Amino acid sequence: MINTRRNFVNKLMLGLFSVATFVALVPLFALLGYVIKNGITSLNLDFFTKLPAVMGMSGGGMANAIAGTLILIAIASIIGIPIGILVAIYLTEYDRYSWLSTTVRFTTDVLTGIPSIIIGIVVSMAIVAKTKHFSAFAGGVSLAVIMIPLVIRSTEEMLKLVPHAIREAGYALGISQRRIILNIVLPTAAKGIITGAMLAVARVSGETAPLLFTALGNQYWTHSLFKDPIASLPVQIYTYATSPYDEWHRQAWAGSLVLIAIILCLNLIARFAFRSRSN
Amino acid sequence: MSTDNNRLYESMGDKVLRYVTLLMAILVVILMIWIGWQMFSSSQESIQHFGWAFITSRVWDPVHHIFGALPFIYGTIVTSVVALIIAAPIGISVAIFLNEMAPSTIRKVVAFLVELLAAIPSVVYGLWGIFVLAPVLRQSVEPWLTKWFGFIPWFKGAPVGFDMFGGGIILAIMILPTITSISREVMAAVPTAHREAALALGATKWEMIRLSVLSYSKSGILGSIMLGLGRALGETMAVTMVIGNMPKISSSLFSSAYSMAAVIANEFTEATYSLYLSSCIEIGLILFGITLLLNIFARLLVWSVARGPKGGHLV
Repeated sequence: MINTRRNFVNKLMLGLFSVATFVALVPLFALLGYVIKNGITSLNLDFFTKLPAVMGMSGGGMANAIAGTLILIAIASIIGIPIGILVAIYLTEYDRYSWLSTTVRFTTDVLTGIPSIIIGIVVSMAIVAKTKHFSAFAGGVSLAVIMIPLVIRSTEEMLKLVPHAIREAGYALGISQRRIILNIVLPTAAKGIITGAMLAVARVSGETAPLLFTALGNQYWTHSLFKDPIASLPVQIYTYATSPYDEWHRQAWAGSLVLIAIILCLNLIARFAFRSRSN
Repeated sequence: MSTDNNRLYESMGDKVLRYVTLLMAILVVILMIWIGWQMFSSSQESIQHFGWAFITSRVWDPVHHIFGALPFIYGTIVTSVVALIIAAPIGISVAIFLNEMAPSTIRKVVAFLVELLAAIPSVVYGLWGIFVLAPVLRQSVEPWLTKWFGFIPWFKGAPVGFDMFGGGIILAIMILPTITSISREVMAAVPTAHREAALALGATKWEMIRLSVLSYSKSGILGSIMLGLGRALGETMAVTMVIGNMPKISSSLFSSAYSMAAVIANEFTEATYSLYLSSCIEIGLILFGITLLLNIFARLLVWSVARGPKGGHLV
């Protein structure tokens, strides 16, 4: 009698967990479905090659926003990835257990939880207010700040997987610590580090909030990375989605499709092409 | 001679790399402190002008230079709580399903799909919220809730779709991956021996999950919920697009509202005088303070579970 009740509760709970998992995935498919359905009908060659049309007019594209997103990602990566990898090297190779590395590790974790809009405000005050220009540089810096903790964490995990024996073999041969790190440890972990960096890039390429105050947005081509505001896909999607024009709504869906495609490609390449043996 | 030079060069190189990495590591800590200091110093004008009344005042009137943050704080908290009520049970269930129940092929696929949910940009959630979710809420879900549960003040009022309920649902979808992935991390840290012990004593699978897995990892799960909450509080774009952007306080979830992040997003670049700008930044400061405390506390909880009790020196 007791056993039937326990079995029933068991089945009920396990069933609930399965149903919840199903429920959790419904929004994903609903969202992807709508983005693909609405996006594909508005995608054409013009979308990739033309500037946005005048307000409310049909036609036009998001060429400048696509290029802008790529430029912003490039700036962010140039700043964020090296810094992130260097910090991770410090945390794994030089100083794993001291109070300083614990503090850095903890700060890194906390930094990932700071809302991106706050980073937008701070970078805007530090760069935009000082230079008097919204710029690709300011936008890139704000994305870099978001990237750094992500790169640190993923690189650190990968460096930790490199067996100690490899380092010790290097020392036994009399190789200097720098060469062991640069020529042995980093290449061993390279695939994993690249994976982590690409996931970080994918993560920031959809960021909108920090760009609102730093890169701003632009209906035209940008001529200076330091003096002109620059368009980006996420900000353009936001502007179009909240506008009253049907044509712009269609463009917003198409933009979303392109943005998701970029992010998805980065994710898939990171996961499958550079998958390290340990995963 | 040349070997000596070589050695000197090598040891110089060692020092350079060591100090460069050390410098960058310290830079991360300085960055964090600097962010806090920037927010604090830039909101001084508003802090001195309004004092504590800033947090308790309901009036946000840029034309008359009066700023109060209460409606935004209210909107942020209500949407985040709605999100948690929906996402926490589902997110933890998914974590249990993935860790304890699913065969490895299903686990890989579902885990990937859940991560995909986290990879979708917030602005796309917002777009979907405007054109798909809000109409569905307005036409079917909200009228149904009003009809059957209208006696509860939360579900009263004319459905608009662009409201705190919609904001909460969008947030729930967005924070679910956070809760799931971190819960999984702490559940994975439960020693297999604990599970085997429970099963050996004749526990059913659910009893094993409850007695071994959940009780061992509960503080870490709590941490994952708090990290989800932190993400919900600071989430900007999707909420801005579906919450309706009206600075008012209503007991009904079906009422348009405003959130802290949303008002910053909308008004920061339009703040035409310094008190206005400073008030926007002070809202940012409050948001920063809340998410900072929440993250510190949550991380400590997660660390204490996922990295073993003291020291955590196991690599």
